[in-house]
Amino acid sequence: MIRCHLLSLAASTFLALGLSGAAQAGDSFIVVQSTTSTQNSGLFDHILPIFTEKTGIEVRVVAVGTGQAIQNAANGDGDVLFVHAKPAEEKFVAQGHGVARFDVMYNDFVIVGPPADPAGVAGITDVVDALTRIAEAEAPFASRGDDSGTNKAELRLWAETGIDVRAVSGDWYRETGSGMGATLNTGTAMGAYIMTDRATWIAFGNKGSYKIAVAGDAKMFNQYGIILVNPEMHENVKAEAGQTFIDWVLSDEGQAAIADYKVDGQQLFFPNAG
Amino acid sequence: MFSLTDILSEALGLILTWDRGLSEIVMLSLRVTLTAVVISCLIGLPLGAVVGAFRFPGRGVLTVLLNALMGLPPVVVGLVVYLMLSASGPLGVLQLLYTPTAMIIAQTILVTPIIAALTKQVVEDLHVEYREQFASLGVGAFDRITALLWDARYSLLTVALAGFGRAVAEVGAVLIVGGNINHVTRVMTTTIALETSKGNLELALALGLLLLAIAVIVNALVMALRASAVRAAYA
Repeated sequence: MIRCHLLSLAASTFLALGLSGAAQAGDSFIVVQSTTSTQNSGLFDHILPIFTEKTGIEVRVVAVGTGQAIQNAANGDGDVLFVHAKPAEEKFVAQGHGVARFDVMYNDFVIVGPPADPAGVAGITDVVDALTRIAEAEAPFASRGDDSGTNKAELRLWAETGIDVRAVSGDWYRETGSGMGATLNTGTAMGAYIMTDRATWIAFGNKGSYKIAVAGDAKMFNQYGIILVNPEMHENVKAEAGQTFIDWVLSDEGQAAIADYKVDGQQLFFPNAG
Repeated sequence: MFSLTDILSEALGLILTWDRGLSEIVMLSLRVTLTAVVISCLIGLPLGAVVGAFRFPGRGVLTVLLNALMGLPPVVVGLVVYLMLSASGPLGVLQLLYTPTAMIIAQTILVTPIIAALTKQVVEDLHVEYREQFASLGVGAFDRITALLWDARYSLLTVALAGFGRAVAEVGAVLIVGGNINHVTRVMTTTIALETSKGNLELALALGLLLLAIAVIVNALVMALRASAVRAAYA
């Protein structure tokens, strides 16, 4: 019998340990649905401590693809949405899920490629021309294929070339169906061209011999926006704390913190609020 | 491109420069996994024993179901738990999404069928030996289950370890329902996934080695416990 008591004691200890997580979740935190580029590049690690120090509000970031982040926020699972797909963000607000959308910062997309450059696109600025050459050479191209902000931007560019990449998916056009980092790992290993946001690329640790091949086209502009999830639609939303965060990100102090963040001496995001 | 020595020295570096962030992640991994395994045992051991020891209508179907559920894809479990706990889901009011509790729930769903199905097999085999004795002594249903579980306890430890192995290595479900939030729901497997996506492959592998080492330690502790219990029982 003593053993039984010991067992149940051990069990209840584990239960108490495990379930205490719910109890410690106070009111002084918000959940931000965001994208992998902001997280993987280290931006949040840089700016969030400054905000938390100032306001006492802890920011919990769920970093997924933009498509999934918007879906999660539309389910009410988050207080703030911080992503990069303007048309989808405006739709989110129009549907009543978000209060209002504000520009926060931008960077740009680049196409990285293997040193051999089989499609001969290195140094080309016109991205539509570069993509057309990749298609003509049937050089491998690794796409996110996950409805993320980067994926949406990439598909918009392919649409401009008039090439139906979905028709050749599995041939030279390869959809990894994963995040940016996983797609870079896969793409570099198969010698494919990959479109990525510059921030993720600079911070990425497994570049191998890859280099930026195509960059500088205005069409590769990558705008980030921030939206408060609508508390009238989702009653759990911590509107006040969420708005405090948004106000701070858009303030001079928040914008300066974003501009301050550098990896290897390079600025990753350029604030452009207001 | 990657040398084993690089990875090993990275792993060693991790252990030598052991910081608060790392112990936070390791402790949360253990807390979530062990809690899920304990709850799974509380459900799965009696359930498996009942299915193993008694004949009743639907037993065959239940057995097939339990065996099949051992192969539940973690991502699917993660999605189902997410939909239940989401603010728009039926259990949204509990506000458990993106907490360790949500991760425990998901892992419990994954591990319980393993515990139940394996317990069923162990108890069924033992019951063959005990059946006549039980009948001649007129032992009641509850006492049969208790006696079978108690006498099979050493084998059932291995069953629990199988469940632990499934839970501690799992990433798909906890990533969805936990959200891999730094300092809140980040565990070893989600950290490994994150570092891989950042291209920090050596660090990811080093963390993998650490996870393996922790699994070895847990298994060794359980086996040592078992050995000393066996010695005590037969001394």
